[in-house]
Amino acid sequence: MEKKDILLGGILQRNPVFTMMLGLCPVLAVTTSLENGLGMGLSAMFVLMFSNPIISSLRNVIPDRIRIPSFIVIIATFVTIVSLLMQAYLPALNDRLGIYVPLIVVNCIILGRAEVFARRNSIFDSLLDAVGMGIGFTLALIVIGSVRELLGSGSIAFWGYTLSAPIEGAIVMILPAGALMTIGLIIALRNYIRMAKATSGAGQK
Amino acid sequence: MNEYLAIIIGAIFVNNFVLHRFLGMCPFIGVSKTTRPAIGMGVAVTLVMTLVSMITWPLYHYVLLPFGLEYMHLVIFILIIASFVQILEIFIKKHLPTLFDALGIYLPLITTNCAILGVALINITAGYSYLHSIIFGMSAGLGFMLALLLMSAIRERLDLGPVPKPFKGPAIAFITAAMMSMAFMVFSNIKL
Repeated sequence: MEKKDILLGGILQRNPVFTMMLGLCPVLAVTTSLENGLGMGLSAMFVLMFSNPIISSLRNVIPDRIRIPSFIVIIATFVTIVSLLMQAYLPALNDRLGIYVPLIVVNCIILGRAEVFARRNSIFDSLLDAVGMGIGFTLALIVIGSVRELLGSGSIAFWGYTLSAPIEGAIVMILPAGALMTIGLIIALRNYIRMAKATSGAGQK
Repeated sequence: MNEYLAIIIGAIFVNNFVLHRFLGMCPFIGVSKTTRPAIGMGVAVTLVMTLVSMITWPLYHYVLLPFGLEYMHLVIFILIIASFVQILEIFIKKHLPTLFDALGIYLPLITTNCAILGVALINITAGYSYLHSIIFGMSAGLGFMLALLLMSAIRERLDLGPVPKPFKGPAIAFITAAMMSMAFMVFSNIKL
């Protein structure tokens, strides 16, 4: 695979959230606002960027039969580091993300990339894959977070700046039901675009 | 007695693991196509949650805390869960082969179910006592099973309904879950 494809594939065609439905728990739970979504996305990306190259560099050392426990221990170590760093430097964000920071350990995206990509590819390719997937995941969280924040409170706050819309916030969008509805509609929209493309492509032939 | 009731009702209905906390979302969407595997998954998760609460609580309070190793809890917990699921699998395969066949692939998948690690972490952060955390683990599992069962029953009917094409599959499942979550919001008015 081309280096560019590895990097860009994770952002769009193989977006971990919208196409592969991986790592849904944090996607739904922390996207009450843009800032929370961004914070969660970056923490997961940080873990992925360290776990992927390390697993790749150990790929010839770890025996096949115990690879999953070994991967999980490596991932858990980096999640612990992120969690401790966050408690020290971003305590407010840490409080808002709460239990979902330690739960990055069982995020299917990170273990999935270790199993599918890092254990078969070179260290540099694994790093590229981690960056692409991390950006794709973060983007998905930002999109869902902004939609929910805008519809739920009528404005988006972003590190001091506020973007307000002339609408009354519907509180349900901030509540869990809003998260499920948003992701359901986004997946339906993606299916619709894909189907429209497929039919127009067939028409041209 | 009242506090136990509060934990049970809270974990099953008010803060339902799937519909309120979004833990265990992957099996909730993945295993809810028909009712049969949904029951198997629910039973297995309830069992593992209860046993994991039984093991991780004393480990945290009697081993990690006295030695000042709290920061290691994540690594330890996930290792315990992974090895525990493995042991359970071997045990069920040997002694209860019929149950093993019914659970199939869902048993090993429990390791990466974030609801299990979630229970172990909430037991610590919420400051539950030993008995509280066992009861919480069990009720959280029952809540998961309830949501999974309701969802699978709805999805079996949905297969027959005229769902618009782009909504087929996961999309309509999420919208259905949103409706269920709204219905469950009623329970948050319960005062215990």
